[in-house]
Amino acid sequence: MEYFIQQLVNGLTLGSIYGMIAIGYTMVYGIIGMINFAHGDIFMLGGFAALIVFLLLTTFMAGVPVVLALLLMMIVGMLTAALWNWTIERVAYRPLRGSFRLAPLITAIGMSIVLSNFIQVTQGPRNKPIPPLVSSVYELFGITVSLKQIVIVVITAVLLSVFWYIVNRTPLGRAQRATEQDSKMAALLGVDVDRTISVTFIMGAALAAVAGTMYLMYYGVVVFTDGFAPGVKAFTAAVLGGIGSLPGAVLGGLLIGLIESLWSAYFTIDYKDVATFSILAIVLIFKPSGILGRPEVEKV
Amino acid sequence: MANVASTTASAGSELTARALREAVFSGLITLGLFVLFVGLKSDQNIRNELILTQRWGLLAIFVIVAMVGRFLMVAYAQPWLAQRKAAKAAAPEVAKEETFFSRNFSKIAILALVLYPPVIVALVGVQGSLKWVDNFGVQILIYVMLAWGLNIVVGLAGLLDLGYVAFYAVGAYSYALLSSYFGLSFWVLLPVAGILAACWGVVLGFPVLRLRGDYLAIVTLAFGEIIRLVLINWTEVTKGTFGVSGIAKATLFGIKFDASKDGFAALMGLPISSAYYKIFLFYLILGLALLTAFVTIRLRRMPVGRAWEALREDEIACRSLGINTTTTKLTAFATGAMFGGFAGSFFAVRQGFVSPESFVFLESAVILAIVVLGGMGSLTGIFVAAVVMIGGTEILRELTFLKMIFGPNFTPELYRMLIFGLAMVVVMVWKPRGFVGSREPTAFLRERKAVSGSFTKEGHG
Repeated sequence: MEYFIQQLVNGLTLGSIYGMIAIGYTMVYGIIGMINFAHGDIFMLGGFAALIVFLLLTTFMAGVPVVLALLLMMIVGMLTAALWNWTIERVAYRPLRGSFRLAPLITAIGMSIVLSNFIQVTQGPRNKPIPPLVSSVYELFGITVSLKQIVIVVITAVLLSVFWYIVNRTPLGRAQRATEQDSKMAALLGVDVDRTISVTFIMGAALAAVAGTMYLMYYGVVVFTDGFAPGVKAFTAAVLGGIGSLPGAVLGGLLIGLIESLWSAYFTIDYKDVATFSILAIVLIFKPSGILGRPEVEKV
Repeated sequence: MANVASTTASAGSELTARALREAVFSGLITLGLFVLFVGLKSDQNIRNELILTQRWGLLAIFVIVAMVGRFLMVAYAQPWLAQRKAAKAAAPEVAKEETFFSRNFSKIAILALVLYPPVIVALVGVQGSLKWVDNFGVQILIYVMLAWGLNIVVGLAGLLDLGYVAFYAVGAYSYALLSSYFGLSFWVLLPVAGILAACWGVVLGFPVLRLRGDYLAIVTLAFGEIIRLVLINWTEVTKGTFGVSGIAKATLFGIKFDASKDGFAALMGLPISSAYYKIFLFYLILGLALLTAFVTIRLRRMPVGRAWEALREDEIACRSLGINTTTTKLTAFATGAMFGGFAGSFFAVRQGFVSPESFVFLESAVILAIVVLGGMGSLTGIFVAAVVMIGGTEILRELTFLKMIFGPNFTPELYRMLIFGLAMVVVMVWKPRGFVGSREPTAFLRERKAVSGSFTKEGHG
């Protein structure tokens, strides 16, 4: 039983990271109906930005409190990733809006290749290990919970609440939801659609960068190929939860995290990704629009 | 008169001011984008700790290039382009005369491909031809064949498949494993590989029948990853990441391509060289690719091909006309997968070694990119796209003169995928419809009219 709960805790941590990335996928999909394939690499880029900020701090300002260091890593990571995602949207996706559907998908895949290879070329192809930032561990009823797990879950919860507030309670969120439902009508009613879409990309990238910082803190290592696997899993999470639905993305992320850690704990770790993808396929067979997704109604 | 001159002068200075403003703006953005990644580099020191190396000079170059580029673009390139566009719109439409070349492009291309190896051998000798026939000829033709195979699924049936490389892997491992465990020959296993891949196509097809669009895309992607992970982890059979090596070579009617006395070189009285095998492989893949093209062209005229295209254009209309969408989708998956399997077994016989590393998602993405860049459904366009994208990146390996510019430590290979990705973006933004954006209808009333790409919609899944 304790072992099971231990795995639940691990799965929840992993799932929080996936959930934060998944939100970026699902929001962009909801608002312009494209798979932003480069989003996983934005996550990796955020991790690298955090890494470099960490190195800057240790080189030039040794002895900075850990909380401040983490905060700085997160903020700079968010800014950098947001700027990258904004630029990518302007350069590679906006000219193709209104073009046929596969065109932005191809530029997104191209951008994903560009980003990971850009980091490989500028930062080198090797693993980048950092010393552990947060290493306290607590024992509760026989379950080991590390401080970094708590940090990850708390930060995820806080950011999701902020995010939920923005989407549901602010004029910006209203504009986003309006654009998502019908971008032409929203434009007619005075919503600046281009700006709303840009802001969506910026918000998604900021969350992905936080996830990247958390990933760096949790595993203590980052490498230029790290965008792919978490990116695909987060996208799987978004689809599993029902793409376009924000609670769905978080739910999907948590589910994927749980499946992964429970499968690794009770079966073989080799096939954990196979299990994840198989469950995705099975869920979609019975519920073709995901767990919380609205079924697509097609009018002829 | 003086008035007009002064307005144009003020417009000119306004333009310069705007260009300057935009240049500063883009300089700032470039600074923000690159300051962490180009200005600083994380390196390992001797004790394996990470340290920072500073490269502010390189960063300055990036920013200056961006600023100057943006300034030139806003101040000179954009007005010039606008002027040209206006001139083009004002000029009456001139009906384009079809030249002999464009009418017979496919015939000329096939002839050129058939003549390619002898011409190369004549130009650079038997040994020198190895690189040109293998790296350029065979490599490009494999991608042409894969893209033509995927074109059946994406271009004709409009089903977005992000896991095509799985069928390529199935074909490659079918040949590699069956030939090393049972000693069967390439010519027996080529159809077997195709059939096995087609079966996997149906296996994938069944669960995704109800899915549409992006749900289909993610499940096919997941399927591709599952196949790769199984290949990695099922070590008893596939030898995992070590891969299967020592795969038997193909023979030409029983004649082997080796140094033995009844080998090809000895029989023909030629000096022994590995280039003959490469040339044989070139004709083999050319034949397979042309078979794919031929089957695609013929299928488009058959009921099943028409059903595919109808499915692509509108699934609901398709169903209301009594077309069985289940079998239509399954045949598309199976046919596409079969050609992927053929290409896979060819890949195994060419390399003599297969490992899961050759079948990563990136390969699927590259093949899909070639299909879309080629203009979805146009065989000629896909061929051109494959030559440009694959040939272009292969050429980067040859650019040794760049070492003289950037110093001896400069390795162009490192930038290969970076440039590939950039090319994907640039080509797509520049030509969203692909290289050949119009397509020839197979069914027409009285007169064949090319349909402009902008009238067709595709990829709705």
